[in-house]
Amino acid sequence: MLRYTVRRLLQLVLVVVALSLLLFAWLRSLPGGPVSALLGERATPALRAQLTAELGLDQPIFVQYFKFLGRALSGDFGVSTGVQPGDSAMEIFLQRFPATLELSVLAILIAVAVGIPLGYLAARRRGGVLDNLSVVGSLIGVAVPVFFLAFVLKQVFAVELGWFPTTGRQEGGLDATRVTGFFVLDGLITREWDAAWDAVKHLILPAIALSSIPFSVIFRITRASVLDVLDEDFVRTAESKGLTTPVIRRRHVLRNAMLPVVTTIGLQTGALLAGAVLTEKVFAFPGIGQALAIGFERRDYPVLLLLILCAAGVFVLVNLAVDLSYAVIDPRIRSGSGGGR
Amino acid sequence: MVQSRKVRTGRLAAVGLSAVLVLSACAESQRGQNDQGAGDATAKAGGTMTFATEGAPKLFDPFFATDGATFRTSQQIFEGLVEFKPGTAEVEAGLAEKWESTPDGKQWTFTLRKGAKFHDGTEFNADAACYNFNRWYNQKGAGQSPAVTGYWQDNFGGFSDGAKPSLFKSCTVKDPQTAVVELTSYTSKFPDILGLPSFAMQSPTAMKQHNADNVVQQGDSFVYPAYGQEHPSGTGPFKFSKYDKANGTVELVRNEDYWGTKALLDKLILRAIPDETARKQALQSGDVQGYDLPSPADWDQLKKDGHKLLIRPAFNVMYLGIGQKNNAKLRDLKVRQAIAHAIDREGLIKQQYPEGAKVAENLYPDTVSGWTADVQKYEYNPEKAKTLLAEAGASNLEVTFYWPTEVTRPYMPNPRDIFGFIRGNLEAIGMKLNVVSKPWNGGYLEDVDQAKADVFLLGWNGDYNTPDNFIGNFFSDPNNRFATGSATWGAQLSAEIKAADAEPDTNKRKAMYEALNKKLKAEYLPAIPVAHSPPALVTSAKVSGLVPSPLTDERFHTVSLG
Repeated sequence: MLRYTVRRLLQLVLVVVALSLLLFAWLRSLPGGPVSALLGERATPALRAQLTAELGLDQPIFVQYFKFLGRALSGDFGVSTGVQPGDSAMEIFLQRFPATLELSVLAILIAVAVGIPLGYLAARRRGGVLDNLSVVGSLIGVAVPVFFLAFVLKQVFAVELGWFPTTGRQEGGLDATRVTGFFVLDGLITREWDAAWDAVKHLILPAIALSSIPFSVIFRITRASVLDVLDEDFVRTAESKGLTTPVIRRRHVLRNAMLPVVTTIGLQTGALLAGAVLTEKVFAFPGIGQALAIGFERRDYPVLLLLILCAAGVFVLVNLAVDLSYAVIDPRIRSGSGGGR
Repeated sequence: MVQSRKVRTGRLAAVGLSAVLVLSACAESQRGQNDQGAGDATAKAGGTMTFATEGAPKLFDPFFATDGATFRTSQQIFEGLVEFKPGTAEVEAGLAEKWESTPDGKQWTFTLRKGAKFHDGTEFNADAACYNFNRWYNQKGAGQSPAVTGYWQDNFGGFSDGAKPSLFKSCTVKDPQTAVVELTSYTSKFPDILGLPSFAMQSPTAMKQHNADNVVQQGDSFVYPAYGQEHPSGTGPFKFSKYDKANGTVELVRNEDYWGTKALLDKLILRAIPDETARKQALQSGDVQGYDLPSPADWDQLKKDGHKLLIRPAFNVMYLGIGQKNNAKLRDLKVRQAIAHAIDREGLIKQQYPEGAKVAENLYPDTVSGWTADVQKYEYNPEKAKTLLAEAGASNLEVTFYWPTEVTRPYMPNPRDIFGFIRGNLEAIGMKLNVVSKPWNGGYLEDVDQAKADVFLLGWNGDYNTPDNFIGNFFSDPNNRFATGSATWGAQLSAEIKAADAEPDTNKRKAMYEALNKKLKAEYLPAIPVAHSPPALVTSAKVSGLVPSPLTDERFHTVSLG
């Protein structure tokens, strides 16, 4: 198990290094660049040439990459030119990652808390009203673009009804203390309850919007998986053994049905970032997604590179965690050959 | 089993709770520590206003900035020797009460205001003023990059190392209230340029204490010192309180020691909401009390909903640029005139521009000196355009037409529709267009700046009220995006623009610019002026006292809520 984990972590390093080279070359091959973004209408050919040379963008791409790699090894991933000019890319990541993490965790919690029970119930009452309704609902959840759902939620619950704020992470005038960068947690540990509550209110609508796709997928997988398991021999065996229905359901059906669901949750968590870009844009939520969108528009190479690499890293780590969790959930893997996988 | 799980859950909860408790033991609330001045019970109007801006500021030292978001903030904190009269681009007294120059326009004596204090408590005087001038002039290393000190280089040229000529020569303290600035030559821009946000007066003490000039180039960008990030110190009606980067909000509080009329608001919060629709919804729901640059398409609805739409006087120009480099046919004046006659500018403005927009006849608006109605007008006349093309032997004229995506500019609210309209006009006279559209920062500016386009859409937002800020920027260097250097008249145009800018006599200068504007239309025509379009800002109904500025230079100290 340990060897397996170490091997996977080494693979992660290789993936990140290879990806960094590809990204580095790809970003710089895009038309335009930070020089245009920095100078705007003010640019003249002379100024443009001067700035290009100052930023080292006139050098061959491999020279640029090795310089970047050299600095990156000492922890310097460059400085933002467009998202928050003057701040280091790492600072921007550390500042915005908690925002996106708070949002993603809440979205996944919503998706799991609603998707799994609903999927289980739908499978148990297959063909019933609840089943039909929730299948249609999950289809809509997958089919409706996230940004559209975000927009509708915001228009109805924030603009028309005024129950939730329309944008941002927190009211500006609260003078909240920052400790960890997780606004909800900060409010709790400093006992600034209003600040914590305000941060939660800012999270709810974007989290619901963001949860729509993972909810639908988790619901459908749970439902299908429970249906499969209900037909399995061991369930019939358990029934004939005279075990009570609650015990069968909890210990045999749900547990065995969870394996594919956990995989799905892992994959969906990794994929949340794509939805976060759109959701964060609609709610002007200052997270990783918003930084990616602004960074792309202004060709902020260092920020884009670091954020995408970190996102890839998170994706790989989540998948690793999923694989490891199999061992915990599935007794067959736990008691099996051990470390072989 | 069932029980043990309950126990486990309980244990987990206990661990979680104690973790929060342990964390909270070492995390103290730091509320109220930045609140000097705010919440004063004796304040007349008081209150907090949140205003949504399109971007977050780069930093709070305007000398190192070129972005509107930084200037919007710095203009509340700082003041210049000269200022612009609210709602206009006219110069008025700022930290200097008056000024006079020698007849050659090279030596300027500024009489400074008494009693103005910086936010760090130090006094504003001639020493401080000269310290600022010398600071600008003595930038070194990364401080000389056009991305860092763009406004200085645009307006004053080089630095004290003499690598490039500089307009600035020296600043001398005559007495505590008098500073004498010497220039190397006369320019019509002076002293107006001192009203630019970049040239506001900053506290020498605070700048020294927090290493204000320590800009460092790191990799492919620049790192700014603590001064510009956290300790800006000016003389203005608002003081910097804090910048919550994680939340995208800048908080300013009233300066209780302001020399003039004190701000009415306790606090001004500037919140970055890049998405235009999101800004609108934030206003509609009451999250913010105002926002910048509402899309013209929303103007009517916003007014109908009872919001206050404040339309700025148009201080910009949108033009159709005509490149002189690649397409030989376009070097023929008749061909350029044909294009001018082909475009239905009245129709375009009626269809695609907001209320208050005007057809542009000069390359700058009529509030700028030297503007003249007496220029060749090029009325909309497709038949005449076709005849001109035929006369030039260019009936089947083929050009590359560039237009930008992923951008709106105050002078160009919707590039796609504007392009569509002009394209229709040009095709109607038989021109063949090879259309190239690229994202603004994704190749458009890059290609256009390198004169790759035959015709292109672009414009300019004025910084201050001199002709040179417009046409000087466009053409004084013949190596420009119109490639006027490739035309027979390019060098002459540059020389004429420089001569007009260097003429100290106001009347003579005005006549020279009028002549230039006429020639730009009748003889040179490197660009067809199309429109002057007024950008707007919007506030909720209870906000009063905000004066829209043509320079986007609104001051919030006169603003009150309800």
